[in-house]
Amino acid sequence: MTHLRATAPGSPEGESGAVSDTSEPAALLQRCGRGDEAAFAALYDATSPRVFGLVLRVVRDRNQAEEVTQEVFLEVWRHSARYDAARGSAISWLLTIAHRRAVDRVRSAEASTARDTTYHQQTQVPDHDSTAEAAHASLEAHRVRQAVQSLTEVQREALELAYFSGYTHTEVAALLDLPLGTAKTRIRDGLIRLRDTMGVGQ
Amino acid sequence: MSESHNDAIHALSGAYAVDALHDEERQAFEQHLQRCAECQEEVTSLREAAALLALPEEVPPPAGLRDAVLAAAAQVRPLPPEVDQPAPRAETRPTPESATVVPFRRRLQTLGSRSRLALVAAAAVVVTAAGVGITQPWEPDTATYTATERVLEAPDAASVSQSFPDGSSATVTRSPSQGKAVLETHDMDQPPSGHVFQLWLMDDEGTARPAGTMGSGGDHEMVLDGDAAEATAVGITVEPEGGSEQPTTEPIAMFDLGEAPA
Ligand SMILES: [Zn+2]
Repeated sequence: MTHLRATAPGSPEGESGAVSDTSEPAALLQRCGRGDEAAFAALYDATSPRVFGLVLRVVRDRNQAEEVTQEVFLEVWRHSARYDAARGSAISWLLTIAHRRAVDRVRSAEASTARDTTYHQQTQVPDHDSTAEAAHASLEAHRVRQAVQSLTEVQREALELAYFSGYTHTEVAALLDLPLGTAKTRIRDGLIRLRDTMGVGQ
Repeated sequence: MSESHNDAIHALSGAYAVDALHDEERQAFEQHLQRCAECQEEVTSLREAAALLALPEEVPPPAGLRDAVLAAAAQVRPLPPEVDQPAPRAETRPTPESATVVPFRRRLQTLGSRSRLALVAAAAVVVTAAGVGITQPWEPDTATYTATERVLEAPDAASVSQSFPDGSSATVTRSPSQGKAVLETHDMDQPPSGHVFQLWLMDDEGTARPAGTMGSGGDHEMVLDGDAAEATAVGITVEPEGGSEQPTTEPIAMFDLGEAPA
């Protein structure tokens, strides 16, 4: 099984065991589980741009993104001893936690205020120039963008609405005028294609 | 839901991997996951794929966030690994720092005064919002957890920690959905002889309800008595052995739950 790298491309590549390199997120997580705060700091440094970028993209508001990111890392610290490398890469585990929390934040914010997407879209869209700039630094990011572009339009749209905007699959279906129940299939198809194109996960 | 090996439920794997299911669907799928190795494997691989989407989105967080995160982590012990036997908790404890830590974007409203006992002097007070969510849904059902773990593991659990100049520290974690709060102490001094530490659940009118006593210092983990769902704070006082109906001394520690995210 291939593991995603949390470190930027260009860092030493060691193919095989996830926990062999002590600077690997998986190894850092293992040390966190024993209460190693230095390992936690290293994990934060290696992964926080990814976590913060994702959370910011989902919640859109910078202050909230900072709060959610802090919650995410504390949850990661607290659960570090329970991370199981057999169930996926460390970065995927971390981003799963981050995504869930970001989506929860967006949904609970909408539940407590009247839903007003116009306001959202007009005032809280993240600064795309700066996120794009960071992205260009990475060859791997370039490969991901290519892979995303290779999806069908409806797969890509469904996936992005779910992942970056935090919509449920039925909301995605409504937004894209898809027959009820088909958005979840598009999302799954898109993820499978992305997985196979990038050669991760299996 | 139970024995569904039909395609309909398998087809939820993708939406599940990107948190796009409704609550009921999510619960149904998580039940299915515990039994379906195929879906477990697929969800794992699809989460790897989803994680790729975040790669082009990297944005460095502000420097202050790093300090806040590391300071907060220093106040909270990682949960023990999941093992079949009860975990050897003592060995997995990090040593809490006693240094003053600045909470990040969270204001602490100090309730009540703290005092006298060397144990708690005024200084370092830290508020951390350490919510805890289940991240490996096919892990054992929460029914197999201890009462303490059910609170610490609840998705809406939030923690407030305090550390003291003598190196002792204490954390209160409250889960509104569980209606319970847990106190974890580390290196607490012994109470004066003939006395105990008594815990109190405070409400927004300032009423204190007795929530149990601790006869000794050191390291403890205990679930507070009573419904903590609506509590606004948890206090600790020193009381005569056997405990009191009402606090008879000034609190030596106060944990404000008001700022914790509900
Ligand atoms: Zn299945």
